[in-house]
Amino acid sequence: MAMASLSSPLRVCRGILKELRTIQGPSYKQSLAYNYVIDQFRKNKVTGERYCRAQQEAHHASLTYLCLLTSTRNHLALYNLYHGKGERSPEEVAGLVGLRLPTQPGGKGWEK
Amino acid sequence: MFKSVIRLQSRLGGVITFCKVFPRHELFRNAMKYSTASAERKRFYQDVSISQGEGGLYEVNLDRKKLKTPSGKLFTVPNEALAIAVATEWDAQKDSIRFYTMHLTTLCNTALDNPTQRSKEQMISAALKFLETDTICYRVDEPPGLVELQRNEWDPVLHWIESRYNVTIGSSSSILGPEIPEGTKETFRQHLGSFSLWSLTGLEFVITQLKSLILSLGMLDRHLSVERAVLLSRLEEEYQIRHWGNVEWAHDYDMYELRARTAAGALFVHLSSESSTIKHKLMQD
Repeated sequence: MAMASLSSPLRVCRGILKELRTIQGPSYKQSLAYNYVIDQFRKNKVTGERYCRAQQEAHHASLTYLCLLTSTRNHLALYNLYHGKGERSPEEVAGLVGLRLPTQPGGKGWEK
Repeated sequence: MFKSVIRLQSRLGGVITFCKVFPRHELFRNAMKYSTASAERKRFYQDVSISQGEGGLYEVNLDRKKLKTPSGKLFTVPNEALAIAVATEWDAQKDSIRFYTMHLTTLCNTALDNPTQRSKEQMISAALKFLETDTICYRVDEPPGLVELQRNEWDPVLHWIESRYNVTIGSSSSILGPEIPEGTKETFRQHLGSFSLWSLTGLEFVITQLKSLILSLGMLDRHLSVERAVLLSRLEEEYQIRHWGNVEWAHDYDMYELRARTAAGALFVHLSSESSTIKHKLMQD
């Protein structure tokens, strides 16, 4: 196995599994993605060629998937932190000043 | 003006009913429904799984129900890896479904539905048209720091693609951009013609995000990583950030969103065009 440099397969594999654990919680080991990823890394580990194209392609794909998982997580975190929350519903707006919307038994005429 | 029923009950025992029906503000009513935050969907399923249907195509199941595209078609993908990735996206949703984080699902839906009825030729022509305004080819004249940064970072990519595809592109700092010779376009047209419709959908998506055909091809040919391609696409922004400072809610937000979408697009293209076989060699002693 290559040295543990930044983009070595070992690091990438660990990174992906960590992301999956963050997404899915403690039962991530039973998930589809976990088993598939481990499977793929095992399959591509050994190769007879010195420059194996399939191995390079799989490595690039794993880096891409790791980038996808980390950046969606970071994007979602920043979204929750900074993005506008949208408007309040009429009930909440009324509640801000201590009022309640009037209710009509039988519903208003246009409601089904 | 609403549909309203006004009933007047007279003390004298008679019932007078007024019924006014005004149906014309139907659309306004529907618009009001979507403007509130309660329009987002809650997660309505427990488990996400995949299954293989007819023709070897994979489907995604939410609990017992099969996933469908927005236009009602059955959601099918050609290979297992893509199905698993989409299932993971759906599984990652917590209380509410946030469609803006599910890039692979969106791409699959676009490829399956093709809502704007694009053909392969239209997509290829659009991609080639983009080459004329490619980010890598547009250089500035000043400030000198940025000129040098562009030369050092973008020129190697330009040389790589020129030698890889045996074409001439060149860069320019005029407002009209570089002159792309017809031979270059023909070479790329042939190369892109070998892409399937799904791969072209992904490629179009990546080009729109990175604003560059050259960077997209560099990334899809595995010459550049996703992070590097995004960095090169945002080169001027990075230069300004280094000078003026970073604003998290704008710069970082944009960068992560760009990375997520580009990574999803790249993965989509790779998985749409791959076919993997494993040859087991016997160890001979």
